[in-house]
Parts: sequence; C-alpha cells; structure tokens
Amino acid sequence: MAAEATLAHENSSSNPWGGGKSPYGISWGKIMMWFFLVSDAFTFSSLIIAYGSYRHRLTQIWPTANDVFTHFPFVHGHVPLAYVGLMTFILIMSSVTMVLAVDAGHRRDNKSVAVWMGLTIIGGFMFLGSQAWEWYNFISGTPDGALKMPTGEIYRFPENAPSLHASGVHAPDWSLIAPNHKVIEDRAEIARIKAVAQPIHGANLTDNEYGHPLFADFFFFITGFHGFHVFSGVVINIIIFFNVLSGVYSRRGHYEQIEKTGLYWHFVDLVWVFVFTFFYLV
Amino acid sequence: MADQQHETHGYYIGDMHNQFVPEHYDPKNRGVIWRTFWILLIITIGEVAIAFTSLSKELLEFIFITLTIVKAYFIVAFFMHLKHEKISLAYSILLPFVLIIYLIAMCLTEANYLNLWDNMFK
Repeated sequence: MAAEATLAHENSSSNPWGGGKSPYGISWGKIMMWFFLVSDAFTFSSLIIAYGSYRHRLTQIWPTANDVFTHFPFVHGHVPLAYVGLMTFILIMSSVTMVLAVDAGHRRDNKSVAVWMGLTIIGGFMFLGSQAWEWYNFISGTPDGALKMPTGEIYRFPENAPSLHASGVHAPDWSLIAPNHKVIEDRAEIARIKAVAQPIHGANLTDNEYGHPLFADFFFFITGFHGFHVFSGVVINIIIFFNVLSGVYSRRGHYEQIEKTGLYWHFVDLVWVFVFTFFYLV
Repeated sequence: MADQQHETHGYYIGDMHNQFVPEHYDPKNRGVIWRTFWILLIITIGEVAIAFTSLSKELLEFIFITLTIVKAYFIVAFFMHLKHEKISLAYSILLPFVLIIYLIAMCLTEANYLNLWDNMFK
C-alpha cells in the first residue's frame, strides 16, 4: 500500500507520461482537436501541392490570376486583388472576434461571449457570400468568352478590346491572346484559328475561358473544400452560440467548448492565408 | 486529488474537473489579440500593395511566401495560443510538417522535370 502511494506520487509529479494527468497540460478535447487539425492541414497541403505541381508543369500556359479575378462590387473595369483582399480582411476580422469570445470565456462573461460569437457568425456568412460572388463571376465569365481549339488550347480576346457583344457581333477579330500569353495580330493566323475554334463562355469543370481547365478544377476544388470548412464552422458556431444564450457554459462553470471551436475557426483562417497566397498572389 | 483518482480509477477524465481553465484572468490578453490583428492586416495590405510594383517575379514570390509563413506563425502562436502551450505539444503538432516540406520538394522537382520534357520537342 505504501509502495503504491509512493509510485503514484512519483508518476504524477515528475513524469508527465506517468498517467493520472494530461501529459500536454491541456484537456483531451483540445488535444483531439489539435490532431484533427494536423490531419486536415495535411489534406489541404496535399491539395495545394497538387495544384503547385500542375502549375509548375504547365507554367508557360498557366492562367494569371490577375487576369481572371478582376471584379469588385459596383466598380466597373479591371480591379485585381482588391476583392480577395477584402475577403481576407473579413476572415481575419472574424478570427479576432472568435479569439475575443474565447477571452470573454476566460472572464466567465457570458454576455460578451454571446456578442463576440454572434459577430463571428456574421463574419463567416459575409465570407461565404463573398465566395459565392467570386464563384458566380468566374463561372459566368466575360461577355466575349474565348475560343477553344479542337485540340483544347484556349485563345482569349484582349481585355482592352472594345466589346462588340452589344451589337450582336461576337469575337473581335483584330487580335487574340495565345495560351502562352503572347498576342497574335497576324490576320491570316487569326482567321485560321477562328475557322476551327468553338466559342466558350465562363468556367466549369471541363472548360475554362481563361486558360487551362485544370486551373478551374483546382480553383473549384480547393476554394470549395475551404468554403465547406467555413460553412461547417459557421454551423458549429451557431450551435455554440445558442448554447451560450441558454447558459450551458455558465452552468458548466467554464467555456472550454469555445476554445475548441475557436481552434477550428482559426485553422480555417490559416488555410485561407495559404489559398490567398498560392491562388491569387504568386 | 486522491479522491478524484479513486473515483475515475486513475483515468484522466477531462473537462469534468475543469482543471485547465485558467484561474487568473490576465487583462493583457486583449492587447495581444489586437496587436496580432494589426500585424496580420498590415502584412496583407502590404502584400496586395507590392503585387503592383515592378519587382521581379522571383523576388515577389519569395516575399509572398515568407510573409505567408509569418502570418501563419502569428495565427498559430497567438490566436491558436500554441506559443503558450507546453513545448512537447508544439513539437507534436509542428514536426509532422517536415513531411510536407519533403513532399513539396519532391513534387516540384518532378513537375519541373516534366515541364522540361513536355517542351523538349516543341
């Protein structure tokens, strides 16, 4: 009996792996959330590495993101990067409100937790709405569309060409942009391309008027997978929000559930930081 | 403590005893949160701004990837609080990403070779 007591004492005081307490100094729930996030980070890493591999392989003909994502609400013309910059700001801001909810939980301030959680949910919906708008513009494409050769190459129309779609005449014929971004102005070559090419509009999983279809495939899959994570996060946050309102955590005496949800929400923000860099910046 | 271990047959039972919730609240926490926010915001604005400069493509890529890792550090260290967890937990979470660095090196080497191969006969 005495020997057992000595053993238990030694285990719990000197060896963190001796049992009887968490070796990492955090609860099992947070440890499991961390390791789920590690595995999820591996999934996202693999997707972004697959994207990078194809981009490096097809580097000469890969579309330039600044030619693709150029819209901003209520602004006409070519505005690259501004809209995704705004989306990044929205997500960082909702991460801040989330961490302030965790902070309010440490103070056992139920009302502040509810307010910050509510703002986090609003930020999540704003981000999802922005992403829907981004997808809408990418899917519907430009008024003029592009030309697709029977062999699959995409010839685009120059951005600054006066659009003739209003007069019912598609495809201005004075210049084209080849898949390798070179401008073609030779009339005979343009006529030869237009004789066999089919017009396409917008982007989907098989066609992409901005260039190689793999660009669209990776864009839809990676931002879609990230958007699904945001959507799941919003649903979880709403459940937690109603738990806070009904006083579940003030009765429990601590707000650790907010911390676990917060870890997931910050992870979603973290993934967006990488998507922003590798899809839009570089 | 002895009573608790007896009740649970020595297993750690997590939340029920509320043992990892800090007893003392540190009012400096909110300052750290807002400082992290401003750092992330300024880096993001800086990234968008230098995207329109005439720096070389390689230099821009290097700057963007470096700043991305800096932003990831601030999110993980302060928002996710990993800087203030035990060092053993930080290592358990971060060391597996050595495999990701290896995968990046492997895939990009292969992709660059295939690019060379594709363009060899054009």
